[in-house]
Amino acid sequence: MGNEYILEMKGISKSFSSVKVLHEVDFRIKKGEVHALMGENGAGKSTLIKILTGIYSRDGGTILFDGKEIHPADALEAQKAGISTIYQEISLIGQLSVAENIYIGREIKKHGAIDWKAINEKSRELLAGLGLDIDVTKVLSSYGTAIQQMVAIARSILIDAKLVIMDEATSSLDDDEVKILFNIIRKLKAQGISVLFISHRLPEIFEIADSLTVLKDGSLVGEYRTADLTRKELVSKMIGHDAENIVEVKRTYRKVSGEEYLKVSDIQSGIKLKGLNLTIHRGEIVGLAGLLGAGRTELARVIFGIDRKDKGEIWIDGKPVEFKLPAHAIGHGLAFCSEDRKVEGIIPNLTIAENISIANMKEVSRFGVIHHAKQRAVAKEYIEKIRIKTTGTDQKIKNLSGGNQQKVILARWLSMKPDFIILDEPTRGIDVGAKKEIEDLIREISAEGISVLLISSEFEELIRNCDRVEVLRDGKNAGCLRGEEITENNIMSLIATGKVETGGGQSE
Amino acid sequence: MLKNKLKIGGSWIAILVLIVVPSIIYGDKFFSTTNAFNVLRQMSMIGLISIGMTCVILTAGIDLSVGATVALAAVLSAMLTEKSVFLAIFVPVLAGIFIGAVNGFIIARLKIVPFIATLAVQMAVRGIAYIITDIKSISVSEHAASFAILGRGYLYGIPIPVLILALVLVIMGFVCQRTSFGRSLYAIGGNEDAAKMMGIKVARNKAIAYVLTGAFSGLAGVILCSRLGAGQPLSGTGWEMDAVAAVAIGGTLLSGGVGGVWKTLSGVLITALIGNIINLQGNVNTYVQQIVMGAIVLVVIIIQRRTQMKES
Amino acid sequence: MNREQLGEISRKYGALIVLILMVVINAIVTPNFLHINTMWNILIQAFSVIVISMGMTLVIATGGIDISVGSTMALASIIFAKLLIEYEMSFGVSLLAALFASCIFGAFNGILIGVFDFQPIVASLILMISGRGIAQQFNNGVVISFYGNKYSAIGTYRIGGVVPIQIVFILLVVLAAAFIVKKTNFGLYVQAIGDNKTASKLMGLRTTLVLVGIYVLCAFLAGFAASLETLRMCSADPNNIGLNVELDCIAAVAIGGTSMSGGRAVVWGTLVGALVMQLITTMMNMNNIFYAYALVIKSVIIIIALYLQKEKES
Repeated sequence: MGNEYILEMKGISKSFSSVKVLHEVDFRIKKGEVHALMGENGAGKSTLIKILTGIYSRDGGTILFDGKEIHPADALEAQKAGISTIYQEISLIGQLSVAENIYIGREIKKHGAIDWKAINEKSRELLAGLGLDIDVTKVLSSYGTAIQQMVAIARSILIDAKLVIMDEATSSLDDDEVKILFNIIRKLKAQGISVLFISHRLPEIFEIADSLTVLKDGSLVGEYRTADLTRKELVSKMIGHDAENIVEVKRTYRKVSGEEYLKVSDIQSGIKLKGLNLTIHRGEIVGLAGLLGAGRTELARVIFGIDRKDKGEIWIDGKPVEFKLPAHAIGHGLAFCSEDRKVEGIIPNLTIAENISIANMKEVSRFGVIHHAKQRAVAKEYIEKIRIKTTGTDQKIKNLSGGNQQKVILARWLSMKPDFIILDEPTRGIDVGAKKEIEDLIREISAEGISVLLISSEFEELIRNCDRVEVLRDGKNAGCLRGEEITENNIMSLIATGKVETGGGQSE
Repeated sequence: MLKNKLKIGGSWIAILVLIVVPSIIYGDKFFSTTNAFNVLRQMSMIGLISIGMTCVILTAGIDLSVGATVALAAVLSAMLTEKSVFLAIFVPVLAGIFIGAVNGFIIARLKIVPFIATLAVQMAVRGIAYIITDIKSISVSEHAASFAILGRGYLYGIPIPVLILALVLVIMGFVCQRTSFGRSLYAIGGNEDAAKMMGIKVARNKAIAYVLTGAFSGLAGVILCSRLGAGQPLSGTGWEMDAVAAVAIGGTLLSGGVGGVWKTLSGVLITALIGNIINLQGNVNTYVQQIVMGAIVLVVIIIQRRTQMKES
Repeated sequence: MNREQLGEISRKYGALIVLILMVVINAIVTPNFLHINTMWNILIQAFSVIVISMGMTLVIATGGIDISVGSTMALASIIFAKLLIEYEMSFGVSLLAALFASCIFGAFNGILIGVFDFQPIVASLILMISGRGIAQQFNNGVVISFYGNKYSAIGTYRIGGVVPIQIVFILLVVLAAAFIVKKTNFGLYVQAIGDNKTASKLMGLRTTLVLVGIYVLCAFLAGFAASLETLRMCSADPNNIGLNVELDCIAAVAIGGTSMSGGRAVVWGTLVGALVMQLITTMMNMNNIFYAYALVIKSVIIIIALYLQKEKES
């Protein structure tokens, strides 16, 4: 008894190649409570979780779990200690039956052989206890994500987990599925199991979490009772500054008079996009604000022809377009700089020069034969123009820092002379100096007439650069801010409540 | 649920057709105990290898060294008949186990892709078989008359190789379905990272799958030697691909995680029946058999993909 | 640091070091090794593997594999001989027909892999099994021989009486492969797809087209190698030509340092890999050592080469 906390992490620090990502963070969870861990990207949430689950080692600090100090060396060890993680991507085995997924590794045996009857029976009971009545002999992949997650939870219960971590578990669930999941969370709570809940959907936090911890920039902001906070207070703790000391970012607003370039109406796709509208004029920088999962990246992917839309239309220069492949979008003068540089941006083993020119080889080749001098010249031009720090044009891109990799990817797209570029979190994970340079570049290219859609989780970045900011909330337009209206306070209000407090800024 | 059962039944329906239609066309020539045993005896060795191959493929691996292992086991067996029948049976199987262990070590510990690892081992094993025989066929010793029983004898009127295949099939069917090791093969092939997270000893169990394959290939070599009365260093050439094809036709996914040894039995049966029918036809040459086999692999994989797509 | 550099060197030039070692050892122990004719013979023996492994290098650079090249050789060989000898068609038409048939095999692989997203090994398994049967079907499995025919001298022709014709084609094909990899858009796309397929698609590369093209090219080279081999042997044997050639080619690529999971294509490495494998065989032959020992040594070298590359990735 004695201790009311199942988990106490004290003074946790972590650095990656001399960049400190966690500054002596304290984090604790009570027994049998649902605790939310909040913070925007780069706040250090996932690093903290990965230290707890043994995927990363910590540089400093102690972890007390169930009264004992633990040093999990890998995920399996953390799991054996009683920490079970339910990921967004299911970490079960889709080809095996539901029952087997619950019991594999600890099969019930009879005379040395696996007793399927017992396993199926017990699994059925276990799931029934969670309010789920399904055929446990069917393969797991024949069920949707929600049920797969519940099966993962059932497995957690079976392996005597004392703490279940749900990392963005609800992000691909619809409202009904979330309701079922919440019922299960309440049942876990009733059994004395603690739940660490991570979600970007604020209403969910206020519905299910007893208390919450907010991280920002790798430091602890505070630990609160959920009931003591308003939604706006929470948002301001996560991303903003306290209302009193908002630093006003100075800038001059432009009046963009170019004609309408891109128009998107009533885009619906899956459960993420529920009818979004957007217009962008020539040479305009439009910001896309909203919490993760609000539909920002998803909208960009639909526009660029990566994902399909279920409904809605896209016009460019007044003509309807239909992109089935990114290649089609590129052919229409679009460019898309993805937020996931590593997976969707760089070609790691190619050189900087190759990475810059690869999408636009006709510029540096004749009859399919590469003109290397030209290729290097193009690379050199951009290395100088946007100050890519490198040992030369022939350096492999994987050996560059994140900021410089990002600049190379930007150079790739800019070298294609696009009419319109979508920048998804272009400055994430990039040091301050490079960040400013990239922002300068964004304004520069818009002055040259290129339209920009800037997706960013950083308000200051939006305020500094955008002519207009479209705020998304839960897959819908929450409102549009322009010129002087673009303030941290207004963006925050729109994200938190869907309304601007001081009037004005109506949704288009 | 019902649909699921029907899907599994697909290849068995194909087998039924492959039995009924030729029975009508060829009559007794096809539909007789003698011919049935012929087919079964023909497939017993590839069958044994395919059972091992199924385990390996379930883990998303492949074993190209089985044909060479058959050859080495066969010549070892023939050589040892001089000494004792007992040694002639067990040493080659042990050799197969050793080869499997080497495969397992290279793949699970050195983490070299199974295709290349077993390709290299195949070369080495074939080389060793050549070296110890000087690429000459080795006759089974005249004093070891009882050795022939293994490949040519009957028990209760059933050919002994067929009985061995049946026994191994039943055991491995049980292992795959009802033991933790067997299930772990599915888990590893389905999602190796998740399997690790579930506390499964991935490296060890992968290695065991290769050891089993080696053992069954060794046994197949012994049977081959006994049937032919000689161990031939050139035997077993291309058997690895016959086995892979049988596994694929049976419905085990080459990407791992789905399938089983009973399915593989159906694949082996289909292969053997087609071979038999083409032989009976007489005027159709044997190359057609290969073409048909490739076409069947294509059809099976297309069907697999369609059912997979429907599920997801 | 020092050890690291040493490791880097052994990884990068490991195959080359082994090749040089092999040459030096042979120069000492093998009688007549340094004779020019020995060199020509080594290259003639390695001709098919070198030519086809150039295609295989590109296939593997995309993250794929093609195990049907042996069957493709059988097909090209029999079509070429059948048209040339039995139907007495012109040399050019026969060769074109053989190459065209090979390309159809390649397109079959490429479409299954590029368009329908089949696993490369499964897709090429189909033709590996069927392809040889199809080839045998053309002449009922009977070998077509043409010793003493007017074409029988082409395969052993020596330019200026010195340089075997195979050497010229090896040179051409290797240079062409190196050119494709280093100097063409296509080569860059191939490596980009193998390195990061998602990013390649997102930046608008036609990945499907490139994949189909690469398998066609690989099959084309197999057909070409088979045609010249047929001329050299003065016979087309669909039952035996190209047996296991896919394995030799894949091994040459692996030893040469092209990653089996795709990425950078190391053309010269593949050449070195193919030569190392051939040298082992030649060394055994010329010293009257039973060639089976070569198989054992080759396998050990393959494993070591791959193990060394493995460390690079971690």
